Order: sequence, then C-alpha cells, then structure tokens
Amino acid sequence: MNPIMQAPTIEYGTLAPMLLVFGAAVLGVLVEAFAPRYLRKVMQVPLTLVSLGGAFALVLVQVIMRGAPTEAVAMGAVAVDGPALFIWGVILVLSFVCVLLVNDEGHFVASAAAVPGSADEEEAEAAGGGHTEIYPLLLFAVGGMMLFPAAHDLLTMFVGLEVMSLPLYLMCGLARRRRLLSQESSMKYFLLGAFSSAFFLYGTAMLYGYAGTVSLPGINKALAGGALLDPLLLIGFAMLGVGLLFKIGAAPFQAWKPDVYQGAPTPITALMASGTLVAAMGAVLRVFWVGLGNLDWNWRPVMWAVAALTMIVGAVLAITQTDIKRMLAYSSIAHAGFLLIGVMATFDKSQQNAGSLSAILFYLLVYSFTTVGAFAIVTMVRDPGGEAGHLSRWAGLGKRSPLLAGVFAFFLLAFAGIPLTSGFFGKYAVFAAALASGSESGDSLGGWMTGLVVLGVVASAVAAFFYVRVIVLMFFSEPAADGPSIAEPSMGTVAVIAVAALVTVGVGLFPQPMLDVAHQAAANLFIR
Amino acid sequence: MSSLWLPILLAVPVLGAVVVALLPKGADQVAKQVTLAVSLVVLALTLVMAFQFPSAKGDRFKFAAVYDWIPSFGVHFGVGVDGIALVLVVLSAVLVPIVVLASWHDADGVRTADGTLITPKRSVKTYFSLLLVLEAMMIGVFAATDIFLFYVFFEAMLIPMYFMIGSYGGAQRSYAAVKFLLYSLFGGLLMLVAVIGLYVVAGKSTFMFPELVGAIQDPATQKWLFAGFFIAFAIKAPLWPVHTWLPDAAAQAPAGAAVLLVGVLDKVGTFGMLRFCLELFPDAAKAFTMPIVVLAVISIIYGAIVAIGQSDMKRLIAYTSISHFGFIVMGVFAMSQVAQSGATLYMVNHGFATGALFLAAGFLIARRGSPHIADYGGAQKVAPLLAGFFLVAGLAGLSLPGLSSFVSEFMVMTGTYASKAHGSGALTVAAVVSALAVILAAVYILWMVQRVLNGPTAEPVKAFKDLSAREIVVLAPLVALIIGFGFFPKPLLDVINPAVNQTLVNVKVDNPAIAEKGAGQ
Repeated sequence: MNPIMQAPTIEYGTLAPMLLVFGAAVLGVLVEAFAPRYLRKVMQVPLTLVSLGGAFALVLVQVIMRGAPTEAVAMGAVAVDGPALFIWGVILVLSFVCVLLVNDEGHFVASAAAVPGSADEEEAEAAGGGHTEIYPLLLFAVGGMMLFPAAHDLLTMFVGLEVMSLPLYLMCGLARRRRLLSQESSMKYFLLGAFSSAFFLYGTAMLYGYAGTVSLPGINKALAGGALLDPLLLIGFAMLGVGLLFKIGAAPFQAWKPDVYQGAPTPITALMASGTLVAAMGAVLRVFWVGLGNLDWNWRPVMWAVAALTMIVGAVLAITQTDIKRMLAYSSIAHAGFLLIGVMATFDKSQQNAGSLSAILFYLLVYSFTTVGAFAIVTMVRDPGGEAGHLSRWAGLGKRSPLLAGVFAFFLLAFAGIPLTSGFFGKYAVFAAALASGSESGDSLGGWMTGLVVLGVVASAVAAFFYVRVIVLMFFSEPAADGPSIAEPSMGTVAVIAVAALVTVGVGLFPQPMLDVAHQAAANLFIR
Repeated sequence: MSSLWLPILLAVPVLGAVVVALLPKGADQVAKQVTLAVSLVVLALTLVMAFQFPSAKGDRFKFAAVYDWIPSFGVHFGVGVDGIALVLVVLSAVLVPIVVLASWHDADGVRTADGTLITPKRSVKTYFSLLLVLEAMMIGVFAATDIFLFYVFFEAMLIPMYFMIGSYGGAQRSYAAVKFLLYSLFGGLLMLVAVIGLYVVAGKSTFMFPELVGAIQDPATQKWLFAGFFIAFAIKAPLWPVHTWLPDAAAQAPAGAAVLLVGVLDKVGTFGMLRFCLELFPDAAKAFTMPIVVLAVISIIYGAIVAIGQSDMKRLIAYTSISHFGFIVMGVFAMSQVAQSGATLYMVNHGFATGALFLAAGFLIARRGSPHIADYGGAQKVAPLLAGFFLVAGLAGLSLPGLSSFVSEFMVMTGTYASKAHGSGALTVAAVVSALAVILAAVYILWMVQRVLNGPTAEPVKAFKDLSAREIVVLAPLVALIIGFGFFPKPLLDVINPAVNQTLVNVKVDNPAIAEKGAGQ
C-alpha cells in the first residue's frame, strides 16, 4: 500500500458541462449575497441562461470534436458515455426553456417565509422583487440532474440524487398563488422523497455488503460469479429499485406526483415533469443495465409487473381527475409506464440492445418537449386567483382563443400518440423495440413482452380518452360567462410554446434526424 | 422512375387547406370558393389519372412513387394504386366537391324556413380546411403502398373527422365524436401492435406492402397478426358487434361529413380487409372465413331489421349501411373473383347511393329542422324535385335493378353462392340467408319514403321550398352516376377485375377466371 494519498485525476474537459452549471450555481449564490436587490434579477437571468447555453455548447463540442469517452472519468465515479451526453443535452435544453418560463412574471412568492395571508406577505408583495434565489436553486437542481444519470457508482449517484432533489423540494413551495397548497406539496415531496432516498441509501449499503464495492460495474462483476440468491443482494436490489422507481413515479410509488405537480409553481412542475423524469430514467437504465445486468432474470419479472401497474394506474386514475395539472401528472405516470416497457426491452438473451436504448432516449426527448409546452400553456390560462386549474374552467377555450386551444389540443394528441405528432413515433419506437426483443428466440419473457405491449396499447386507448375529454371541453362546449382570462404571454412563454410545438410537429413529420442522434448516442451503449 | 401524380394529388388539398386556414377572419365566402376550386382541381387531376390508368406503366401498382421517409424503421413514403385503390380514390375525389357544395351553408348557422336556428354559426374556414385535410388523407390511405404510411393515414384521418362531428354536428355531437374516436383509436392501436409484429416477424426491415406479401409463413403467427388488422378494420367498416358508434356518429355529423364518413372512411375498413388481411395473411384469412362470413350475415340481417325500426332518418341510413357493409365483407371473404369484384364495386356504388341519400335527407332536415321521420309527410306535393331525388337515392339503397347498387349486390350474392372456397355448402347458405335482406331493404326504404314523401302534407312541410340550383348541382351528378353505372358498370369492372385477380393469386385461391385466360400474373 502506498502510504501517500494519491491526488485524484479529474478529466475537467469531459466534465466541463456539469462543472459549468455547478460553477454558475455557486456564482448565483454569491450574487444573492452581495448584489443589491434591484440588480439581482438583471444579473441572475443572463448568468443562468448563459451557463445553460454554454453547457449545451460544451456537450456539442464534446460529441462532435472528441466523441463520447469510452472510459469512466473522475476515478471511475462518472461515466460520460453516449447516453449520458444525450441526456445532458436534452436536460440542458429543457432547463433553458424552463428558465424562460420561470422568468415570466408572477409565478413565485415574494417572501416564502411570510405566513400566507399575513401582513408580512403583503409587505413583501408590495416591496416587489420576489425570490431571485430561484435561479441558483434551479441551476443546482439541473447540475444534480446531470450527475444523477451519469454517476458510475452508487454513492455518486446518491449525491446526484440529493443535489437534484433538495432544490426541487424547496422550489415546489414557492408558488405565489394558493400558497398553502404549494407548501403542502413541498412538504409532501420532501418527506416522501427523503424516505425514498433512505431506501436508495440502504439498498446501496446492502449491495456494498454483497459485492464489496459501490461501483456499478464492480457489482455486476460480483454478480457474474457470486451467489444470486444472497439475501443481501435481493434486499439491496429491491430497495435500490424502490428509490429509483419513486423518482420516475412508477406505481406503486406514484402517490406524490399528482399532489406535487398540482401544488408546485407551474414552471417548476414543467421542469420536474421533463428534466427530472429524463434524469431519473437515465439513472434507472444505468443501474439496471450496468449494475444489475447479470441479474436480469431476477428483476425483469418485477419490472414487468411495475410497468403494467404503472400504465394501468396512470391511465385509469387520470380519467377521474378534474384538475388539469393533476391530470397531466397521471399522464406522466402512464408515460413512465410506457418507458418502462422500453427498459424491459433492453435485455434480450442477456445482451445489451442498442435499438431499445435509442428508442427510450428518443421517447424521452419527444415526451419531455411536449410536456414543457403543455405546462407553458397551463401557465397562461388564468383566473383572478391564479391559474385556472379546474378542468371545467377550460370549457369553450377553443372559442375564446382558438390558437392557444389548438396548440394545446395538438400537444394532447401528441401525448395520446396520434400519428403525425412526435408522440406517435416515441410510442412506436418503444413498442417496436419491445416486440423485437420479445421475438428473439431464447428470450425467457418472449410472450410476456407481447402481452406487455398489448397492455400498453390498451392503456394508450384509455389514456386517449382523458386527453380527448379535454379537447371536447375546449372545443365542443360553450364557454362559461365568467371564464378564465388568457394572460398576455411574455416573449419567453411564447418562445417556449413555439419551441415545443416545433419539436412536436417537426419530429412528428420527419423523425429521422432525431432518431439518428438517439441512435448514435445509444450505439456504444453505456460504459460498463 | 417515380411518378409524381399521387404526391401532387396529396399535396394539392393540403396546400388548399393551409390557404383556407390562413384566410383572414370574415372571408367566409372566399374560403368556400377556394375549397370548391381546390376540390375540383383534385377531381380533374384524379379523372385524368384514372383515364391514363389502363395505359400506365407498372405491374400492379401504377403511378407508383417511393421515397425514404424514416430509414431507421424501414418506412417509406410509398404510394401507388391498383384498380381497387384507384376506384376508391376516384370515389373520394368525386364526393368531396359535392360535399363542399352541399355543406355550403352548414357552418353559417342553419335556420329552418320559419327561422328557428338548428345549428349556430361556427367557423366556416375551419370546417372547409378540415374537409380538405380529410380529402388528402382519404386519398393517401387508399394510395399508400407502405403499410406504416397506411397506418399513419388510417389514424390521422380520425382527427379532422372528429372535429367535423364534434364542432359542427347536432345536439349529441360531442358524445358521438368521442365515441367515434375512441372506437377507431382502440382498433387502430391493436392494429399498430400487429403492424409492428408484422415488421418484426417478417424481418425484412421494410414496410413496403409488395415485399411483405407472403413474408409470414407460420400459420399461428398469421392468425394473431390477422386478428390485429381485422379487428381494426371491422370497427372501421363497421361489422356487427362493433358497429354501435356508426349510427351515433352518422346521425350527429353534419350531412356532408356523414357522407364522407359512411361513403369513404368506412370503406377503408373493407378495403383494408381485401388488401391487407387477405394478401398478407392468406392462411389465416381462409381459416377465419366462416366466422367472418357469419358475422357479415348477422350484420346484413341485423342492420336491415334495426333500420326498419328507426325513427331518425340519418340513423336509419346508417343502419342500412351496416347491412350493406355486411354484403361487402361477405363478398371479400367469399374468396371468389365475382364476389370480390362485386364487393369492390359495392364500395363505390354504396358511396354514391348512400351519399345521395344522406344529402337528400340533409336537405329535408335543413328545411324542417328535425331528423324524425314522424315530423314529415307529403313532401312530394310541395317539393317534387327534392322528393324525386330522395326516391331515386332510396331505391338505389334497396338495390333496384337498373341502379348501380343492384349490379354489385347481385355479384356479391351470386359470387358467394357459387364460391367453392370453403367447401361447397357453407357459403351457399350464407348467400341464401343474406338474400332475405333484399326484402327487408324494400321495407325500410319504402316505408321511410312513404312516411316522408306521401300522405297528407304536414303543416310545417307546406312551407318547404323545392331544391335550389346549388342543391340540384349536388344531387344530379350522384343520381347520374347511380343510373349510369347501373346500366353500364363495365368501365369500373375493367379496372377492378385485374386487381382482384392479383389479390386472389396472392391468397392462392383457384381462380377460374385466370385459368381461362391463361394469364398467371
């Protein structure tokens, strides 16, 4: 043993996008501390946007100039492979877009510490300004979202999970309207989130006990030769699974999603529904693929049940919802189920399967853009007391503002997976990958995969019902006399909706370029 | 190499739809004129194409064009028409301008003679641009030679129709529109699984139909995939017991949209059975022949009996269509050349006949403000022209000899009767039972005609004006086609027969018509 401690080698160039985001977040905290109140917003907004844009540019540089690394970096703690770079790119664009929404007036409380309805609150409201801390918080969350799916060992992954989650817990409670609901959602998310983090950590400890390492490839290697019915292993992998599935909102760990989505300020909901889902899905893929690949006969049946349950719960419970944000939350649960079909498909004959990996990446991209667009529209439909959440308030919107309602209807059709929208190709890619993997000879779950796809199709049909119901409300019902007003959108909101609509149409008509990108990203698979 | 005919035929209505949608607010009159002009251009192009068809190049699919669309999935923008597809494209192109003219005032807010508002004013340009989008998709769905592209059109065409029913229909429109969409979507999604399965199992990395014919050999796989396609088409057609959406949708849709729904959209189901179910899965199709023919016969009889009991004109016509679709499905699965040619001919003739009947009924309803047969009586005396057209369209619906439907219904029945495809007796029995529907058809049509046109003139009917010039222009061409093809169906059959022969070759059915001519392919 070398008694002298070795300085770790850090590949700064490869990690640059993530470091830039974290650096900007730290800088943002300093701005909060030292800049006068009236200057803060002026400084924070460009700082946030430039750092996110810069990080995206760095990702592109990495991909184009150097290609995805084939070795884990930072002493084997972080793997910046093709899928990770793809996920980083998607998250950075999404968070850039969400910052434009955050930037819009009036979503956030002036002083979170003031008791709702108190004199303090009025005072803070009158003083104006609002919380500019939201920007560094958001950057920390985005940094966490980047680290989470790229982590190559379970401890780094846990750090990523916490860095991502803690700012989100906080931001959920900052809504300006209906503050009690917002604070309740924040509390709920925090308690449940902490609980799931504990599961994750406990699972990590168990797996360490089994494999003697927290490194994902190390665990896989131990699985290759070790006893596969060791209680340490089984408990560890089950607890790890709970922690991860909680984050993507898979049933039966989905209960937080509707409450949190409803209570959180809508721009933050948009970020969670897109960025968090993408990051968590990336982490799920990496853990089950890289870390537990040799255990697939063990976790695939469980994953089958979870995927089936998630689709059914999401699609069926969404029907009963009367609040637009809750409905979108259940829709997000159903889509998580569709994504899990893709996760199932990543294994056939215990081989890694680039086709289904690229299908999942593609699905994540198209779904998250449509989601951000849909939530951006939700921010614009307002009652005197804030956003018009109740579905009945959306009646006749198609007559008042045909363009807005038309775009929203288009997003809903994309969620439902109607052809000529991006959502259709996402769904098609995942279903096709699943059927292809199931038809491989020698796959133990062959017929089950087909069954899962049929179940997915039935769930899609059920889901179509509640998307269509909103369209019926908007277009085929008479508007209420005192219906909601449509906020005059800021440039940022318009840009968000335009980008989301362009992606949804563009990929819906010509998916090939995006498929190529996803395919390239998946070609070299995860670093193992 | 690639012919530009079909891509242009698809692009013209899409461009027209964009132009109409972008017109400034209040330019309603312009929107209607542009739509009419565009649909007439499409009709002219289609007719020119149809007349060139016999001399055009290509084995089976003429005017073929294939471009890569999504290479990763093996998807092409592949279009081309054989005789069956051609006549259905022509049917769509003929019906659209007629529907445009018929719907001229539908979105303006329809009032009866005494001024009661039936349907309020709605966006005119949206209606007409939806109509043009629908036209493009109708042409596309029949012309697609790539199965994925077919599926895309098959599903996407639901959306314009959904909005046309839901935004412009009658009192129950939103219920009817949702029911229509969910039924079709559910079938479509099952078909999606089968489409993917076909691609995966065939392992040819392409969705081009000609290359996939005969690609699936395993009988069990064939049966599953066949089921996925067939359920979607049976819902679309619609076949008993998945027919219940049609009466609702057709009764609530504005008359013009109902014509396209029943006249063209539903034909996609029967067309799909003939093209895809039979040729891709021949063994499964033969194995399932008897159950399907039984369902078809039930549809024929059930549709006719229920039609007799209807009090609402549009619902009545919808149920007669269910009966007629039963005939078409029976003809398709009778696996004989005469029956399948008859079925294809029936698809076209039914489009004209039911189209005329729906439109004439729509004109009556626009005058009276009620779809209920009981609210009419004696219309003949006040509006003889309208009554005359209504009568002829009705008679076409009951397949009176001399009118076009007779030829096709006769062909389907004789073809089924004589078919040896499934033993000797079974199909003969089916044909005999289905012949009962001829009597039932006389009951439902003539009884409706009697209640609406004859008898003492009801008080509100006295105020009826006879057909306007626009309405005559709408109905006259359809009636001319009904009578024309009734006496002289040969031009259509000449186009249809070779395509049907090719289908039978792919299904591997002994076909005496081919053996005689000695022309194998």
